[in-house]
Amino acid sequence: MQVGLTHFLVVSALLFCLGLYAMLSRRNAVAILMGIELMLNAANINLVAFNKYVAPAALNGQVFALVVITLAACEAGVGLALVMAAYRNLETVHVDEINVMKW
Amino acid sequence: MGELAAFIILSAITLASAVVVVTSGNIVRSALSLVPTFLGVTGLYILLQAEFVAGIQVLIYAGAITVLILFVIMLTEGGTGLRVRQTNEQVPLSILAAAVLAVLLVGVLAQAPWPRAAELLPQYTASGIGEALLTNLVLVFEVTSLVLLVALMGAIIVARRER
Amino acid sequence: MSWGLEIVKAVGLTIAVFTFLAVVAAMLGVLLERKIGGWIQSRLGPKHVGPQGLLQTVADTIKLLQKEHIAPRAADTAIFNTAPLIVAVAGLLDWIVIPFGPNLIVRDLNIGVVFFAAMASLTVVGILVGGFASNNKYSLLGGLRSASQMISYELPLATALIAVAMQAGTLSTLGIVNAQAQRGWFVFLQFPAFVIFLIAATAEVNRVPFDLPEAESELVAGYFSEYTGMRFALFQLGEYAEMFAMAAMATTLFLGGWRGPILPPVIWFLLKMYLIVFLLMWTRWTFPRLRLDQLLNLSWKLLLPAGLIWILITGFFITFF
Repeated sequence: MQVGLTHFLVVSALLFCLGLYAMLSRRNAVAILMGIELMLNAANINLVAFNKYVAPAALNGQVFALVVITLAACEAGVGLALVMAAYRNLETVHVDEINVMKW
Repeated sequence: MGELAAFIILSAITLASAVVVVTSGNIVRSALSLVPTFLGVTGLYILLQAEFVAGIQVLIYAGAITVLILFVIMLTEGGTGLRVRQTNEQVPLSILAAAVLAVLLVGVLAQAPWPRAAELLPQYTASGIGEALLTNLVLVFEVTSLVLLVALMGAIIVARRER
Repeated sequence: MSWGLEIVKAVGLTIAVFTFLAVVAAMLGVLLERKIGGWIQSRLGPKHVGPQGLLQTVADTIKLLQKEHIAPRAADTAIFNTAPLIVAVAGLLDWIVIPFGPNLIVRDLNIGVVFFAAMASLTVVGILVGGFASNNKYSLLGGLRSASQMISYELPLATALIAVAMQAGTLSTLGIVNAQAQRGWFVFLQFPAFVIFLIAATAEVNRVPFDLPEAESELVAGYFSEYTGMRFALFQLGEYAEMFAMAAMATTLFLGGWRGPILPPVIWFLLKMYLIVFLLMWTRWTFPRLRLDQLLNLSWKLLLPAGLIWILITGFFITFF
């Protein structure tokens, strides 16, 4: 049996849902960011799979995947800087303990 | 047949490591499991004949973003190695939400009649991507560099210690 | 069933490359380091074991293998044991894209240079978790310092690689060696990129003058203080393999790879690689160690702008000449 588009789409859907579970149920802010990275990777697999099977002439899917990788790096950088600044002031990284506007 | 075996092995590595990432009680272990996940995704890109994207994925995701996540874990609370509860009270609801979304996505995506193209990818995708980035998609290229610059400055300013 | 044949070929080549590295890099490299260090410091190196001390590394390896494996009680054992494996495997995977002769390459990837940089950046993860998993303040500090040094120097390394790839017009290492046949060796055409590559390569493998993370007088032994026996040997193997890989990549990118007049290509390649290794060892025993802030200043404020300006100049020259 040949590996087709459907296989890649199923894998990326499962990876996306694992990332979604991490984002909804973890307390540590860095773990939530890890879930976001998993979701971005799942979207990238989709982009590259569609590029190969549906629109291979122009490499738009792969270029878009590169842009998503770049933006994921930016977002991880700024997000982790925010986590560190929050840890310095609030002394916690667990998002369910950050529940008042003024402490 | 070999391609199917490679696909199954790579998907198994990716999904098993992703399960460890999202369910492990030790935050350093779940950050370290990101490395096999990203390497599995790299293998899937190579199966899709996107070798330049695969190289960049290892370089940036497994090499830089994982290091960044590990740094922040070690510099904040996770660095003490104490075992704290890692999941909040929304666990049953989030399992339900993720499962429903998974069933929905797999059901719809596996059945949709995607148009299959007949032509093949160019042989050297690296040069094709370079040409595309500098001719058709040059605006995307420039805006991405601007976003990188802004993110760089923003991260430095946000994380700086207040004097 | 050609994929079965591919798997057999891959396993065979892995064993061949690993054996080559274990003999050349680990054994001869460690011995060369101690001998060259001795000569530069006006003393003889090891000379008792074997003729002229040639079997010294064999003795060292046997000593390391039979040492007791001690793990700190509060260390996370799974991570503690995996960290040296990551460093060793990443150092060995670099050798896939290095051409020893006209068709003597494990696999000529058409993104060879990007693959090399990617494997060099995987080492950082192993060092960081090795430092963390030892449950020891000095290891953690050493691991963090080493990781920040290595990620700072990946950028100038990448700019040097980009400049060479632009000059050659291809990312594949075989293509770069063939491009040097027409225009001359890139060490003359791209001399700033050569200098930046050597400095960044020295910092990537944590050698003096950039070895603050493993300095004995500062941090006991840095991130591998708590490792004994075979795991310590694996860390050292990974570092030496990566140093030799950087030297081999420098000969491929800048010194014309295997090209030379009379001798067979593999001999020329090994000669040039050992020349660069000698250069790296010479700098080790000559320069003092840089402090962490001096080291990071050198990377971010000097090498990275120099690399970017050199890419601009290379682009200008390629377009107009």
